[in-house]
This record gives sequence, structure tokens and C-alpha cells, in this order.
Amino acid sequence: MAQSTPSARPNQLFRNLNSKIASIPMIFVALVIFLGGSIWTIVYSFTNSRLLPRANFVGFDQYERLWASSRWIISIQNLAIYGILSLIFSLVVGFVLAALMDQKIRFENVFRTIFLYPFALSFIVTGLVWQWILNPDFGIQGIVRSLGWETFEFNPIYDADIVIYGILIAGLWQGTGLVMCLMLAGLRGIDEDIWKAARVDGIPMWRTYIFIVIPMMRPVFITTLVIIGAGIVKLYDLVVAQTSGGPGNASEVPAKYVYDYMFQAQNLGQGFAASTMMLVTVAIIIIPWAYLEFGGRKRG
Amino acid sequence: MADVSTLNTAAIGNDAARNRLSAGPRGKKPKKTLSRRNIMLYGILGLAALYYLLPLYVMVVTSLKGMPEIRLGNIFSPPVEITFEPWVKAWAQACTGLNCDGLSRGFWNSVQIMVPSVIVSIFVASVSGYSLANWRFKGSELFFSILIIGAFIPYQVMIYPIVIILREMGVYGTLTGLIIVHTIFGMPILTLLFRNYFASLPEELFKAARIDGAGFWQIYGRIMLPMSLPIFVVAMILQVTGIWNDFLFGVVFTRPDTYPMTVQLNNIVNSVQGVKEYNVNMAATLLTGAVPLIVYFVSGRLFVRGIAAGAVKG
Repeated sequence: MAQSTPSARPNQLFRNLNSKIASIPMIFVALVIFLGGSIWTIVYSFTNSRLLPRANFVGFDQYERLWASSRWIISIQNLAIYGILSLIFSLVVGFVLAALMDQKIRFENVFRTIFLYPFALSFIVTGLVWQWILNPDFGIQGIVRSLGWETFEFNPIYDADIVIYGILIAGLWQGTGLVMCLMLAGLRGIDEDIWKAARVDGIPMWRTYIFIVIPMMRPVFITTLVIIGAGIVKLYDLVVAQTSGGPGNASEVPAKYVYDYMFQAQNLGQGFAASTMMLVTVAIIIIPWAYLEFGGRKRG
Repeated sequence: MADVSTLNTAAIGNDAARNRLSAGPRGKKPKKTLSRRNIMLYGILGLAALYYLLPLYVMVVTSLKGMPEIRLGNIFSPPVEITFEPWVKAWAQACTGLNCDGLSRGFWNSVQIMVPSVIVSIFVASVSGYSLANWRFKGSELFFSILIIGAFIPYQVMIYPIVIILREMGVYGTLTGLIIVHTIFGMPILTLLFRNYFASLPEELFKAARIDGAGFWQIYGRIMLPMSLPIFVVAMILQVTGIWNDFLFGVVFTRPDTYPMTVQLNNIVNSVQGVKEYNVNMAATLLTGAVPLIVYFVSGRLFVRGIAAGAVKG
């Protein structure tokens, strides 16, 4: 646009100078923090830094130690369980709610407000509320027991086997409203004529959804997947608030592992290695998406 | 004869058709199936709404009960005797470590963190978005792409380098440091938001201003800013809730006496010492959630637009 002034200025660098000055913060964040910071962390994950970062390279030592640590393995398993289930449930629940909301219902705004308000709350608040609702003595377990089922067991706060599902319940409560909103926006973007055509052909509604509407909403689904996926890897506050990683280390997650090793156990190298593994996980999610999204567009 | 009879039948047929037409929509059968469908529809939606509302209800109810009542009753029963003492205690007396001045400290810390962070981050990001949309230069799109990809990098990867940079600048652990951090991490999404919005404004305006001799900052201040108030409101909603709800940066980049509200809340509720006072905890939780909830209920559709803009690109 504006830079297309053909006048031959003496110096390329000073053309559009104000814009370049205004972009300094952005360039700084992009290059120094995002790019530089990531590279720095990756490089220092190959050192044996403890209290302070030291450039004393030890090869893959930190990674070997990381994958030998039972706490890290538990963290990864928890993240996998939480991630897969929360992807499935939030997509299914979000889509079903959106499809129901799309039936020209009354009070649509009321329902949307109700489904979405948890998203305004922080993970800390979410975690603490569900910690209380799932409290074994006063919460759901206690109530069911007081109704007569004395042996009823549902204790996702202190039972190591199911603790991650308690966190999943809280996470879904907080996040499905957003998925519902995105899906609803996607559904609204679908041409009314498609519905009419399907009805004329006598296709039942559920089949129209599965075979026509969902394939048409592919971009919305992909965006939603990426958003949920990136959020899952960052899972941290919710666990800290709801269980503090306990009982024992049954509900540890990678983000918490990183924080604890960097700022509490004063084992920086180990923290860097763990955070690099998180970066690798995200890259595995993001790169195929970015390729589909941007690589395809350039060629198409 | 034949002619007349056919005419008659035709007339009768017409009549019948007319009758059916006028009677058809008033028939009972379709209405009945519709209402059964509606019962299902509203039933499921109602149940889902209950699940979403339940925690809010439990928070409110628990925070209004006294401790003896909590120990006897169940969490869903409404309070027999309403007491506001837990609220007072949560606000002014709850203890974290040695400080016993309640959540009010965290609240004011959060306000002090939020207000400048929101202003600075929105200003920086809007200027970047403006320069990306209207004053592109060689490489600007590349920097922008890095910025957007960076939005997906886990914070944990970049936290320690930022700690070092802030320490070198001498602002680690101070309010300034946290404002910088919030500005950095708010940047990708906000820049995207502003860039797309500014790019959607009519280009003729920009060109006309250029011909009239306005420069970079003049066009920003006199044309772009006044025309983009809605997107500024959206960005503000996004940042107010985001910064208020932040926990990780609060823990890493502040010291205990300047902890934001979320961190202090977590410390109060999850502290191991002393008797657990669930009513005070829930009052404290509600107090912390109040600010984003108010923003959400007041802004309504704009909030939805804000997160949709944050979520869906392009």
C-alpha cells in the first residue's frame, strides 16, 4: 500500500521509518522472546545447569534422566488421558449443544450465557469449586452415601486412580462453552439451502449432520482442535488449584513438572529438558495444521 | 352433462383443496410431534444448563452458610441461616502465610497489575496491528508469522529467558516486569485482532489522509483510533479477563507481597495449616471470580465476539 511510493529515496532502511519504529516491540517479541527464548531453552536443556544456567554441555543426560523419572512418565500419561478425553468430549458435547441451540430455540441468549460463563472464570476458581463439589465428605460422594448407598465410592480428589478424571470434569465444565460457541458460529455459516435440499431428499436430520454438515465445517473443527490442543498442553493452573498434583504425584502434568524443577527444585537443566519436550509435543500438533492451513493455501 | 359434471367435480375438488389448505396448518398432528421434539430439546438443554449452573449455585450457597451447618448438611442444600461473615472474613481476615489481611490485598494488587497491563498491551498491539495493516515494510509479515506461531509455544519454554532478561533490566519481581510479561504474551492475539480490523477499514480513508499530508501517528490518532472503538472494547474485555485470571505469570514474576488475587486465593484455600473453612474459601473464590463474571455479564455479546475473534483467525 503506502510503501509503493516510487521515489528513489537514498536509504531503504529509513523508508517507512515510523512504521518500523512502531513495530520494534513486535519484532522484539517475535525474534528475541519467541524465537530466541525457545532456542535458548533448547540449547540450555543440553547442559547440567542447576541453580543458575551454565553452558556446561552434557549431551542428552537431562533427557535420559527425564524419561527415567516416574514422575515425568505419570505426567505424560495424565496429559495423554486428559488430552484425548477432553478433545473427544469437548468436541462432542460442544457440537451437540451447538446443534441443539441451532434449532431456532427460544431463550437462545440465556442458554448461551449459561454455557459460556465458566469460560470467563479462571482455572484457579474452576479448580477450587470442583475441589469442593467433589469433596469426599461433603460433596457428591457424601451426599450419595447419606441417601443410603453406604459403600458408594466416587472420590476423584484423593483416589489416585481416578484423580485425573476429576480434573477432566472441571476442565470440561470450564471449556465446552467456548467450543459450543465456535461450533454454533460454524453452523450458522452453513447455507440454509443445504438443509432444504436434504429435507426434500428425505434424509433424516442426524444423517444430514454427520454426512453433510460436519464435513462442511472442517475448518471450524480444525481451528477448534488447535485451540483445545494448545490449551491442553498448557494445563497447569487447574491441577495446582484442584489437587496440587496429588495425591502423591498421581495428577502431575508436564507444565507443573517444568515449573517445579525450574523454580523450586532448582534443577534448571531438567526443567529446560521437560519444557523442550512440551515444545516438541506442540510442534507435533501445530506443524501438520500449519502445513494444511497455510502451505495448501499458497499452492491453491 | 359430462361437461357439467366434470366442472362440478373440478369445483368440488377445488373446494376440497381450498378447505384442506385453510384447515391444513391448523391440524393437530404436526403440532404434537413438534412439541414432543421441543420437550426433548429443552429437556436436554435444561439439563446441560443445570450442570453449568451447579458450581455457581454451590459457591453462593456454601459462602452464605456457617461452618456448623456445612458440617451437618450437604453442599446443595440452601442455607438455613444466611450469614455474610464468610465474605467479610475472606475479604479482610483470611491468612496467607504471615499476612492476615485477607483477599483485599490480592484484589488491589490485581487491580494495580491489570490496569497498566491492559493499557500498555493494547496500545503496543494496536500500533503493531496498524503498521502491519497500513504501513507494511519488508519483512513485517515474516515477523508477524513468527509472532502468531509463537502464540502456540508453551509459556514454560520462554519463561526462564524472560526471567533473565527482566533481571538484566532490573525489573524482575516488580510491577513493571509483570506488565512487560503481560504485554508480551497478549501481543500475538491482540496484534492479529487489530491487524485484521484495520485491514477491513476502507482504504480510501487512509489514502485521503495521506494525500492531506497526515503521517503515521496522525492517521493512527485521528482516523484509526476513533473508527475502531468496538475492537478496542473487544480487546479490553479479552485482556481484562485474561490478565485477571492469570496465575502462572503472577507466581513466577511477582513476590509474595505483590501476588495477584488468583495466587493469593490459591494460597488461602490450599494452605495446609489450620482448620479448613469451606465457607470462607467459597466466598474468596466468588470474590476472585466476580470481576471477570461482571465483565462477562455486562459485555454479553461483545465477550462472545472477543473470544470468537481470539479463536477464529482471518
